Formats: sequence, C-alpha cells, structure tokens
Amino acid sequence: MEFPFAAFCFMLAVLLSAALILIAVFHLYVFDELKKNSKNFIEHCYGLNSLVLPEYGIHFCIMFFCATEWFTLLFNLPLLAYHVWRSKPARCPGVYDPITILDDGTLTLCQVEHWCKLVFYILSFIYYLYSMIYVWVTS
Amino acid sequence: MSAPVNGYFGYGQTPTPNGGAAAPRQNGPVQTYTAAYPAMSYYGPPPQQRNYHTIPSHCTGTSGKPPVANSGRRANDYYQNHCHVAAPSSAPLSHQYASAIPSSAPPPSGHYSQFQQQHPPYATPAAYYGQMSYHSPPAHSQEQQQQQQQPTLLPPPPGGLGSPLYPVVSYPSSPGTSQYGTLVSNQTAAPVRTTRYGNLQPGSTTAVAGAAVHPGYNVAPSAQMASAVNGQGSTIAKTAHRTCNHQPSLNYDSYGGSVNGDRAPSGTPTSVPSSPAGTQYGYIANSGTSSASGPTAAPSSSSSEDDEDDDEEEEDEEAGDDTSSSTTGSASPVPNSYDSLEEGNYPDSMPPSANSTNQASPRSSYGYSAMQPAYGVGPTSLMDSQASRDPLGPSGYQQYPQAFPSLSQLSAALGGLSGVPELEVEALRPVNLLQERILLPPRPLQAPEPNLSSELKKVNCSPQTFRCTLTSIPQTQALLNKARLPLGLLLHPFRDLQQLPVITSNTIVRCRYCRTYINPFVTFLDQRRWKCNLCYRLNDVPDEFMYNPVTRSYGEPHKRPEVQNATVEFIASSDYMLRPPQPAVYLFMLDVSHNAVESGYLKYFCESLLDNLDKLPGDSRTKVGFLTFDSNIHFYNLQEGLSQPQMLVVTDIDDVFIPSHDSLMVNWKESKELIKDLLTSLPAMFSESRETQSALGPALQAAFKLMSPTGGRVSVFQTQLPTLGAGLLQSREDPSQRASAKGVQHLGPATDFYKKFALDCSGQQIGVDLFLLSSQYADLASLACIAKYSAGNIFYYPSFHHIHNPAQLEKFQKDLERYLSRKMGFEAVMRIRCTKGLSIHTFHGNFFVRSTDLLSLANVNPDSAFAVQLSIDDSLVDSSLACFQAALLYTSSKGKRRIRVHTLCLPVVNQLSDVYAGADVQAITCLLANMAIDRSVSSSLPDARDALMNAAVDFVSAYKSNVSNLQHSGLVVPAGMRLLPLYILSLLKQKAFRTGTSTRLDERVFAMCEFKTQPLQQLMRMVHPDLYRLDNMSDQGALHLNDRLVPQPPLLHLTAERLSRDGAFLMDCGSVFYLWIGKCCNETFIRDLLDYPNYASIPPNMGCIPELQTLLSERVRAFLDWLQDNRAFSCILHVIKDDASAKATFFRHLVEDRCESGSSYCEFLQDIQQQVS
Repeated sequence: MEFPFAAFCFMLAVLLSAALILIAVFHLYVFDELKKNSKNFIEHCYGLNSLVLPEYGIHFCIMFFCATEWFTLLFNLPLLAYHVWRSKPARCPGVYDPITILDDGTLTLCQVEHWCKLVFYILSFIYYLYSMIYVWVTS
Repeated sequence: MSAPVNGYFGYGQTPTPNGGAAAPRQNGPVQTYTAAYPAMSYYGPPPQQRNYHTIPSHCTGTSGKPPVANSGRRANDYYQNHCHVAAPSSAPLSHQYASAIPSSAPPPSGHYSQFQQQHPPYATPAAYYGQMSYHSPPAHSQEQQQQQQQPTLLPPPPGGLGSPLYPVVSYPSSPGTSQYGTLVSNQTAAPVRTTRYGNLQPGSTTAVAGAAVHPGYNVAPSAQMASAVNGQGSTIAKTAHRTCNHQPSLNYDSYGGSVNGDRAPSGTPTSVPSSPAGTQYGYIANSGTSSASGPTAAPSSSSSEDDEDDDEEEEDEEAGDDTSSSTTGSASPVPNSYDSLEEGNYPDSMPPSANSTNQASPRSSYGYSAMQPAYGVGPTSLMDSQASRDPLGPSGYQQYPQAFPSLSQLSAALGGLSGVPELEVEALRPVNLLQERILLPPRPLQAPEPNLSSELKKVNCSPQTFRCTLTSIPQTQALLNKARLPLGLLLHPFRDLQQLPVITSNTIVRCRYCRTYINPFVTFLDQRRWKCNLCYRLNDVPDEFMYNPVTRSYGEPHKRPEVQNATVEFIASSDYMLRPPQPAVYLFMLDVSHNAVESGYLKYFCESLLDNLDKLPGDSRTKVGFLTFDSNIHFYNLQEGLSQPQMLVVTDIDDVFIPSHDSLMVNWKESKELIKDLLTSLPAMFSESRETQSALGPALQAAFKLMSPTGGRVSVFQTQLPTLGAGLLQSREDPSQRASAKGVQHLGPATDFYKKFALDCSGQQIGVDLFLLSSQYADLASLACIAKYSAGNIFYYPSFHHIHNPAQLEKFQKDLERYLSRKMGFEAVMRIRCTKGLSIHTFHGNFFVRSTDLLSLANVNPDSAFAVQLSIDDSLVDSSLACFQAALLYTSSKGKRRIRVHTLCLPVVNQLSDVYAGADVQAITCLLANMAIDRSVSSSLPDARDALMNAAVDFVSAYKSNVSNLQHSGLVVPAGMRLLPLYILSLLKQKAFRTGTSTRLDERVFAMCEFKTQPLQQLMRMVHPDLYRLDNMSDQGALHLNDRLVPQPPLLHLTAERLSRDGAFLMDCGSVFYLWIGKCCNETFIRDLLDYPNYASIPPNMGCIPELQTLLSERVRAFLDWLQDNRAFSCILHVIKDDASAKATFFRHLVEDRCESGSSYCEFLQDIQQQVS
C-alpha cells in the first residue's frame, strides 16, 4: 500500500488544523483577559495581531487544489474568503486595534468569530483525520 | 489599626500648638468642627468671631468654677441627655465624657445619638458613656441651601418659570455669614443627667455652666476650648488629671478643618475652607499619626477582622484591596484649592508631648476598638459584640429603628414613582413646534431633576458632574428602542469643586463582589450589613465603618460621609498603587522652526510660563524639562550648579538618543534660576532661525525616552506639518473641496505613528497635550491622536500670529494661564460601574479604554469631560433605581493617591411617557454629537449628518405613534424635548458637521475634538449660544451676589428677527463673547458702557469693556463676570459693530436663520415633518 499524495496532504492538514485550534483557543483566552482588567492590554492586542498572519497563512488550502480534493477545497473556501475580507482594511496597529476593540461590542464580535472558527477547525480536524485514513486505506 | 487616630473636627485650632498651659484641659479628644451652621444654630458663631483663647487659668480652676464659655460661642440649648451613669464613677478619677460633638452635618432626623468616647488615659473601670442627643439645628435646611450655594434671588421676573432655581450658580456668600461654627461640648458627665448650658453670649468670655458640675470634676468647658477642645476635657477631675496633661491634643487641633497637617500648628483658621459653601465635614483624621507613640500604639485587634471581605483581589490598581493596617477615617472639608487638599496629616508636625502617658492619646474614635486596649478599658465594654455595647446605653443602637434612612429613602423613592409630579406633567405637555415660536426658557436650561424622593435628590450627584441623557431609565432595551433616544452618561469627573468631602480611612468600604464603593444609595439591612446598589449582594459593614467621625458616634454607618455624599474623595492606601506615586513631571516641547519664530508664539509662551512657574501644580519633587526642535532636536541641561543652561543638539533624528539622562529633567525648585534664564533667552536664541523643517516625530520619541521612567505631562507646541523623520505627514487638504457638500475626506489619521506613540505614552503614564498654532494645514486629524489616546488636551489656534491676530494671541495667553495653573492628576484610571443589567458599550473622550469599564488616563485635568453610551442587557424589572458610579483613581500633584467617587442614582420606569418626561435634551444633544463624530470618521460626513437628522425624525415619529394621542397635524413633541430639533439644527451648522460653507479641515477636526472633550455646559453654549439684550436690562429678577447686583436678562432666540438696530446684544458662545452694537444704538448706552461718544467712534477691534463707574457698566461687567465665573478658560470679548466685516462671525451663530450651510429653523421643521409622515 503506497502513501498517496492526498493522504500526505491530509496528514499535514491534521497537524496544521491542530495548530489552528490552539491559536483559536489562545485568541479566546486573550479576549477573555481583555474583558477583565488587563494590565498589559496593548501588549495583548499586539500579541494577537502577530498571530493573525500566521493563522491566515496556516489556513491555506492550495495543497488540496494540488491534490485535486475539490470537496475539501470547497469546504475551506468560505473561511478563506472571510480571511481575505477581514484583513483587507489595512488599519493598524493590526486587525485588533487596542483603541477600538472595546468599543461598541467589537470584542464580543471577535469572540463569536473565534468560537465559530474553533468549531470549524475542530470539525476540519476530524474530517482531515478521517479523510487521511480513508484515502490511505482505499488507495 | 495600630495607629489609632484621632479624628478631629477640623475647625478649631488653638493658637498655642503644643500649648503648655492649656494642656491640662485637653485630655479628651480635641474636637473642632467645621460646622456648616449659621451662627444662629446651636453651634456657635462663625469662625471669625471665635476667640481662640486658651485660658490656662480655667483649666486649673476649682471644680466649682464655672466653665469658661467661649467667647463668641453660643452653646444654647445644648442638651446633654441620656447620660448614663453606668457606674457613677466611683472615684474622682473616673470621668465621663458625653462629649461627642455634633457633626457639622446633622442628619435631617434631627437627632443625634452619639457615642461617648472614653477618655483614654483614664481607664476607669467605672467609666461611663454618656450619650447626647442633639436637636438638630433648625438651620439644617439652610445648610442644604448653602450646599447648593444658591444665590439669593430678587423677586423673580414676571413670567419666569415656576421653579427658578439656579443651583449652578455658586457664589460664596460673604465671609461674614459663613457657617462655620464650632461647638464645644462641655459635658459634665456628672450625676446630673441633663446639663443645660444657658445661652452663652457671644463675646462673653465666661459663662456658666456650672450647675452641672460635679464636685471634683473640673469643668473646663472653656469656651475657648471649644474651638479645639474635647468635650471630654471638661469633665476632668482636676487634681488628678492635671498631672496628666495631654499636650498633644492641642496639636491635634491643628489637623482640623482641612487636611493640611503641616500648616496646622499655626492654629489659624486658614486651614478651614474659606468657601462658605459650608463644607460639612470638618473632621479630620490624623491618620495614624499619633498612634505611633506611647501606649496608644497598641495595635488594634480589629484590623485583622476587617480583612474579611478582601479575599478578592483584582489585579488592577483601581480595584486595590481595601484593608490596610493603618488607621483612621476622616474627612475634611476641602477647599477648592488643590494645594490645601494635598497635604495629608503629617506625623512630624506633631509636637512632642511632654507627658508620655497620655501622649497621643487616641482620642480618635476611628480606631475605636483599637484604643481600648491601650487604656486598659475592658475590651468587652467596647468591643464588637453588641451585647457588650449595651452598657453604653442609648448610644448607637438606641436609634436603631430610624437609623437607616436609606430604607425609608428607598420606599419613598418607590412611592415617588407612582405619582406623576408636576414637573413631569410640564415636561410631557405636547408642544406643536410649528405653532409655538417661543421655545427658549428665559434662563439657560437646567438639567431636569430625576423623579426621586426628596432625600435621594438631595444626596444625588450634581448634574454638572454626572448627567444621564434619560433621567428616567427605561426598564428594558425594548422600551429604550421604542423611545428612539440614546441612553448614555456625560461625565465631568475631575472638575473643580467648591466642596468635596475627603476621607482618610484605612478601610475603604467597597462591595466585596463588584467592588463598588459604598455610596448614599446602598441599603443598610441592619447594623452590620449593607446591600450593594449595583449588584444587589450583601456585604458586611466593617467595624471601623460603624464609627462616624462626623458625629463622633458609634453605630451610625449611615451617617458616615461616604453615605451622605454622592461625591467623595478617598485618600487611598498603598493597595491602590502599582508603584510609588509619581512626582509631577512636565516637559515642554517647543517648535522653533522658522515658521514658529515667525508666528511669535515662543515669546508669549515663555512669558506666560515665567509668570506661572510657581503655580505649576506640584510638590518638592516636581520636575521640569524643555526640548526644542526644528530639523534637529535640542535638549537643555539645566542641572543645578551650572552657570547657564546648556544646549545639547542631537542631529541624528533617525535614531534618537538622549544625550544626558539625569540633567535634562530637573527639579524645578533647585534649578529655578536656570529655568528662568532659559525662558528669558529662548525667544532670542532662535530669532534668526532659517530652518523650515520640523522633526516632530523624532522629538516625540525623544520626549518619550525622557519621560518614560516617571510618566508625566508633555506639552507639545507645534506650528506646522511635521516634515522630517518618523511620523512625517503630507498635506492632504484640497482647498477647493472645503465647501464641498459631498463627503469630507481625511478626517482620520494618515499614519499610525501618532496613535501608536500615544498608546506607548499611555502605557508609561505620559499624557501629551497638543497646542497647534498653525496658519496652514497641519493635519490635525493625525496629530490629534497623540493627545486623544493619551488623555491629553488639544488646543488649536488657527492663523495664529502675534501681531496680525491679536484675538488668537489673547486666547492663547489666557488658555496658557489656565493650562499651567490648573490642577492635575497623574497615572489615573477611571472605572464606571452600572447597576446590574446595564452595560457600557462605547466611550467618548480622550483616553485609552483598557477594559470594558476601565479608562486609562495618563493625565487627568479638570477641563475634560467624557461620555459613554449604555445598553440595557437585562431587564431592570427587579429594581426601581439604577445607579452609576464613576471612580477616578489618580495621583495628585502632591504625590498622594486619591480616589474620587461620584454616584448617580436614577429611577427606572416602564412607561414610555415617563422616559420622555425624564429626557434631558442637552445631554441627548451632546451624546448625539459624539455619536455623529464617530460616524463621520468611520463612515462619512453626510452619513453623520443624516444620522443626526434621523435622530430628530425618529424621536418625533416615535412620540407621535406611541405617546401622543392627539391627532395634531403639526409637529408635536413633549415640552421637555421641544428644543431637540433646534439643537440638532444647531449641530448641523457647527464647524464639525456643516457642509456648504468653506471650512478648513483642521478647524473641522478641531471642532470634533472639542465635542469629544468639552463638558456639557460649555458644549451647549458652543452649539447653541446664549443671546441677551443688554441695552434694556432691568434689575428685575437680578441676583444678589456679594453685594453686587447681577442682572438676568432673558434669553433670546438666535435669529436676526430678535436683533434690532437700536439695541446692543451679547452672545455667549462658551469661549468667546460677542457684543453686537446696533447702528442706531442709544448713545448714552455706548457712552456709559464703552466710553465712546457715539456709534461711529467705536473702533473696529475693541476687545474689552472699560471699567467705568456708571451703573450700566457695573451691571454689564457684573453680568459678564457672572457668566464667566464657572468656566475654566477665560472668555475673550469682541465688540462687533453692525457694519463691520466681523459681523459675519456674529451672524453665523444665529442658527435659526437660513445661511449657506443650512436651512432655517422653519424649513428644518418642515423637513422633519415631511420625513415623519
């Protein structure tokens, strides 16, 4: 039984989505911190901002394109589009602006966003794991 | 509690600190009061009349000797009741004190029960505690009045509104009527149960109270003592006690009145706040000062018990833990001047006591339980258990049933909700705007009063400090949505106050769960528990809180100053510090490029700073530094010992470094001569400068490096666009688009540099204030960020030139004077807490939001205001009252950590009509303006304008569809909100929002910044100026203030219709007055007021009113002074002739008329009506 490229892609995706889960959890933790009094609020915000690009980067799905896993690609496209849209306004300092994040429920929105992402990442983690084994076994 | 503290009522001070002869009498707690009573009250004469005699001879007088009555003191009707002779002293040694002195703030109940302090040195087993109940002075209401500082009114003008209260006006009455009285409590606790002192005539030096004197007790009631004296001293058995002189007691006196410990020994009444406003708390605590010495230092056992509720600690400083081991609660009246506030009680100012045994006798009541052990009083008699208190008889608990006014207040408040008061009916009267033309009240609009019970109203926070857009809070978000009005708060937390109770206490009582500070709106369930009014959870009353330093009585937690005042200030302990309080540090950054030199500001700045150098708030640690910049950065070494200032130039602006670390920021006292040298020579040094570049960004970085170890204030003076180094900016303004009706671009910052810089500053507790004196576009939208997010101020002087623009120069000078001398708070945070169910969702102002309810303010100044928007998360069905508390924790310029707490209480309603009845149209306008500014930056200006318009339309249609059952065809609004459309129209014509008129981008941005930071009243005058006619003023309805008659001309609508050629009109725009003189104005008027024979001879640029001795001139000047009085920054006056070109600036403010930037009021109403239907 050989190890097909698609299976390799899924295996990589499993690892990467595990990382994404961690990032999402970390975001949620920091948001929670921000809601309380945080002494180094600004550092927290900048810390989050430094994670934004890695997160968006990790969530790449070119490999599925290469592996011609069309369904998986489709599955990921909405989030990809969302990420592109989210990073579009080049406001700095970053996506999470320490000045406005507490205004007008922005923080709550961010929290909701990351809960959704967390669910999505966990689902994809399971799906990738399943797919990896499936592709490997059926090959 | 190791340091039991003597709380003294602050007022009286004996002239002989450490007074030798007087000492014998002062065994008891020295009590001095700042009583807010008029002389007619029980407690004696105004302070001026007081004689501070110490009469040694009386001390030694035999027992039968009549007590000395204090001259000038009237102790009339001073009853001593309920003196329990628990154990009628077995020996002459035992003596009793019934001496609690009624505090200056008697509760309305009119009854005091006060706990007697036991006299510490005499640990008589048979000590007994007398209790007195005082009839509350009839002058109580007067006191209230004084608190409001309500000026006396002449008969109201005919046609005036029914309730012409002008609480805003605070005029000190003449000192002669000041209400500080002091009371002596000379009690003989002798077997005679009730001692009545006859009327002691003022001025009499001796008076008799002797009847009650128990033989063997030395009654030393001395009137003189009165000012300073403990009531207890009076009953001292002479012989035995004489040896036990408590010398320190005199010294304690000196702490009285205000917290100036160090000034105290002078014994002069100067420490008493001179404001007749009648501060109520005159007692002080010498926190812990006395306790350190002698036997009295016995640590209180109770301190550990107080810890109970502090298990929860928040990381944030503001949430600091409450308990500390030091002692004492006290409050003192605070004069407006910050300086006198600052000094706390300084232990070292206490003279050494000769007699160690009684030294530092803790007369303090604060450390109540603590003092017992030291004096060998059986702890049980005083300690915590209630049973043990019983021997005290009627003290404390006797009045238990009436002890908790909060309960009755609450119920009364509930009751108040059911009925619809007159006020509301008036506010709800439907007004058809299309028909009624006269909408303005004759006097400037006052904040609507919340529909609360009178008790709650009385203690509620001043509307100038804390104001809500809806004084009746809707119960649910749905109801709020239905009302279509914004819900929010407008705060002015650090404004200069006429009076402020300051409390020193080792336990700052706060809710254990939500950390709310105890406030007048909490409920005391019983003696030991209170219910938080924000989270509704139960808390214990700490022991220390049971003692009321005002009345010096025990068991009356509801009479503590914290519970009697909605605005209080605490001296915070080290629990509230993250680091030792920083010194005041000021850095001035001056632009010295060619452009700056050309404008000439440098000379005037240096002059102004030289004049005000001594007024800079600060203490001996204060540091000052200077930095100038053009294309290079110049530092100034002002190290003490140099013969002249050294200039150090750094040319490497890409990588800025600090040439010397310790000599650039110098102690301003030590290096004063050098600083003066520098300021004198600075204008000349750069007069030949040809450097046109400006490296603001690198200079800011340098300033940051200089300041970051300490924090402090950076004042940036900039005159042009930064063109070099980091943060350089390009001109973004297209002059041809200034009048464009399509959106205005570039309202947001061009670069993040300044925003990031401000955040860094905020983190290091550096506040940046920006003075922009530019004649050209300088991209204020970007530059303003440095002040916005570091809690600074922005000042903008368009087209500043020292010769060509004298008006701006005058304004600059006046602003600078205020800016340099106003008080400051450093490293501040402000937390706003709301009743459960309400939450804050947006903040407006200059600060950095650090948490959902926490604002980080590197600097806080008395001229900045804030606004927040609220949302209702959970229905408020369970509560009838909603409360808001703003707590500002800051370091004063004297290095004290302080917490200023404001609490506002409002009723909750479930009817839309009640919501409308309580709507505050001015607050709503200001909040809408703030929201519109956010909208114009995040979206676009037309959007913001539409939103403003829609706010009016929505409100009218909501009222029409939900409340009004009248089928009017017109535009019907409730009377309370009748001005909303007018105010919205005014907003639309402001520089910030207007379109169609040529408006410079910088001016527009500056107007927006002003909206965000100006306090409400100032803002309203800018939005909708007050117009008065001056030439036919009458004295009808005038105010009498300090022997001056201040006329009160009625307000006029802002339309040219109201002007007439034969009149003279004054327009009050907040920061500027315009006096418009009509062409055919009466010549007598012109001569009497302006000293010119006729209209034609008035010069075009007249900027002041000459001081003439004519009646008219006096009246007008009195009126102008009165208008000016409550404003932070001085206004400038322009005299405008009808034909002058300056006329346009005047007519621009006539917002009801059609102009190029908008329609007339009538057209605007028709627009609204069209959109509604």
